[in-house]
Amino acid sequence: MSAEAKQDVAAETTERRINMIEAINEALDIMLERDPDVIVMGEDVGYFGGVFRCTAGLQEKHGRTRVFDTPISECGIIGVAVGMGAYGLRPVPEIQFADYIYPGLDQLISEAARLRYRSAAEFIAPMTVRSPFGGGIFGGQTHSQSPESLFTHVSGLKTVIPSTPYDAKGLLIAAIEDNDPVIFFEPKRIYNGPFSGFYDRPVEPWKKHPQSVVPEGYYRIPLGKARLVAEGEELTILAYGTMVHVAEAVAKEKGVDADILDLRTLVPLDIEAVEKSVEKTGKCLIVHEATRTSGFGAELSALVTERCFYHLEAPVTRVTGFDTPYPHSLEWAYFPGPVRIGEAIDKILKD
Amino acid sequence: MADPADKPPRGGDNRPALALHVPEPKSRPGDPVDFSDLDIGEAGSQPRPDEGAHPSEMTGLAYDLIRVLGDDDRAHGPWDPKLDPETLRTMLRHMAMTRAFDERMFRGQRQGKTSFYMKCTGEEATSIATSMALASDDMVFPSYRQQGILIARGYPLIEMINQIYSNKGDKLKGRQLPIMYSSREHSFFSISGNLATQTPQAVGWAMASAIKGDSRIAATWVGEGSTAEGDFHSACTFATVYNAPVILNVINNQWAISSFSGFAGAERTTFAARALGYGLAGLRVDGNDPLACYASQLWAANRARANKGPTLIEYFTYRAEGHSTSDDPSGYRSAQEREDWPLGDPVKRLRDHLIAIGEWDEDRQAAMDKECAEQVKEVTKEAEKNGILGHGLHQPFRTMFEDVFEELPWHLKEQAEQATRERIKKFGEKGPNR
Ligand SMILES: Cc1ncc(C[n+]2csc(CCOP(=O)(O)OP(=O)(O)O)c2C)c(N)n1
Repeated sequence: MSAEAKQDVAAETTERRINMIEAINEALDIMLERDPDVIVMGEDVGYFGGVFRCTAGLQEKHGRTRVFDTPISECGIIGVAVGMGAYGLRPVPEIQFADYIYPGLDQLISEAARLRYRSAAEFIAPMTVRSPFGGGIFGGQTHSQSPESLFTHVSGLKTVIPSTPYDAKGLLIAAIEDNDPVIFFEPKRIYNGPFSGFYDRPVEPWKKHPQSVVPEGYYRIPLGKARLVAEGEELTILAYGTMVHVAEAVAKEKGVDADILDLRTLVPLDIEAVEKSVEKTGKCLIVHEATRTSGFGAELSALVTERCFYHLEAPVTRVTGFDTPYPHSLEWAYFPGPVRIGEAIDKILKD
Repeated sequence: MADPADKPPRGGDNRPALALHVPEPKSRPGDPVDFSDLDIGEAGSQPRPDEGAHPSEMTGLAYDLIRVLGDDDRAHGPWDPKLDPETLRTMLRHMAMTRAFDERMFRGQRQGKTSFYMKCTGEEATSIATSMALASDDMVFPSYRQQGILIARGYPLIEMINQIYSNKGDKLKGRQLPIMYSSREHSFFSISGNLATQTPQAVGWAMASAIKGDSRIAATWVGEGSTAEGDFHSACTFATVYNAPVILNVINNQWAISSFSGFAGAERTTFAARALGYGLAGLRVDGNDPLACYASQLWAANRARANKGPTLIEYFTYRAEGHSTSDDPSGYRSAQEREDWPLGDPVKRLRDHLIAIGEWDEDRQAAMDKECAEQVKEVTKEAEKNGILGHGLHQPFRTMFEDVFEELPWHLKEQAEQATRERIKKFGEKGPNR
């Protein structure tokens, strides 16, 4: 945990280690407890506790009108959340897989994102749409997508992606308290443990990982603040979600002295942290799992080029998923793993 | 200034407080089950209107339950399709084969040979009997629980298993999640993981067939849970507006993962009754009665073929097993439900019917079950020679970049080279399947 992150801890830190699913569950539990306006809803989230168990036990504890199942209708789920937000509630809808957010896109893009603007703040849509995203679990092309850049392109939406249980809890609490619509993407590959990108090596569970020390009770991590994962001089790596862990593992294996920034929120972006790091190292590598063309990496690359051009000693480089759908059996060839990242690092350092 | 939305208006204290209704199934794990309120009617007592009848003349059938097979295992009433014993035995065989196939593939997933599987146990009639009532070149737009259609249409089992194992024999090149088959040759549309998207597509296909003066019709299958999606309602609107030659089959198996049918609106009306507001013909059918399934689908097919319009059919059935291999139904529903399901098991019902009419016996059934199991086992072994799902080592690398576009553009060419470089780095020049 960085010094900065530690400052955000309002509650007392204990050595309790939990996984990301439990951290998310705790954040929801705390917010349901603290704020009677918080509502959790989505396909299978009630009695069953969600297909990934993120909402397990919440209905039993908080009642059926606070935590409930919905029809299979993503446009309904998000549209209803807009109305609830306008009333004054803080809905936290779950979209079962990010791949299924598309039927709800119009409600998100044309309605939720613009309600405040079009009504001159008479109405707001303070909702947090949670959704597991990304690949690495053999989900095939309809359970593996990373659609974050669709949302970063829309004005009025905030996009948050945690990479550790600690962050997941603190960021989710902050997202729920935020008065704007937030898309909260949960990297499902690291729900149960960090991931080095080597699919053929055992995954270390969060229970054993120092980054999973999560304080009990309420704390928040402000949106718009990146986390410095590692400090280095040679190169800056910008990543979020699962790719933070892959980048970290690769840098360690290669012995590269890299500054690794976990962006944590894409919108609003911690541009200061990005500038500060790139100005120090002069080299920038961007890593994400989403397809390459028009991905969020393109935006990052443009920003870095615009703002740090005179500090750059090598072309800003992107490592991403390929521009193909996520193929079921070739998942590991698609995944931007250690070889792809390693190659890019070699190239940048040579320049 | 505080955000106006921070202070929601509250009702006056002297007015009654409103309450939200959140549906809850009648039983949960450990609870006894009571299906006594289900009105399953008398087999044979439902009228069979003319296939060209106006929807307003048959509103009752959207609430009733069309049944043919009675408790005496005999066929009754005007919906009896009067199939010859040979056809009935073929139907039974497809059902037994589907069940044997499901058993083996489910086990295969547990043994780590693939990532995922979905059974259709208890719902076999809704795909097998129904598709047997269609012409083999009628286009079907299935959801993911209609493996029975492929089996009834004679799609080779080995192709199904190759797909499930994502191995080198997989015609879909290892791209799709297991069970998301596709076979143009068998007029079986490629399955999507995005629920209900196939419903307007089926209507579109049917419209195209009508535009072209073709004689083929389309049919689609969708779960009752998925009828809540906007796509389904768009499909109904287009179907009625253009009088599309299409059949919209809703498989009401009572559960959508852990959510009971009440979350799709079942507490208030039937799914067949959805048809009425659109002006579609609506039938509600006992989905565990293979003869009723066959007869209703044939009725709707004849209607569509005669340009008399689309039909929405609800097949009332029960999902006897879990939603998929990723799910444990004992966590959300009473184990007793399956036992107590009042409409029985479709395979058993058909078997008992054949026995009752003197065209079958227990020994032949046992022999057939055994034969099916052995055949599946053999084909599985054959398919395993093409590999099982194993970290992507079966599909040649370049296949990942094929079919994104008709022609490979520069950026994908570059990315394909990148993938090959990575593979060599990882496995060396002699690495697998470059
Ligand atoms: C658009 C979309 N939303 C959510 C899902 C996740 N999901 C897969 S199956 C399923 C339940 C479907 O239930 P139902 O339509 O009743 O069909 P059944 O599984 O009972 O055959 C859900 C919610 C999905 N695949 N697509």
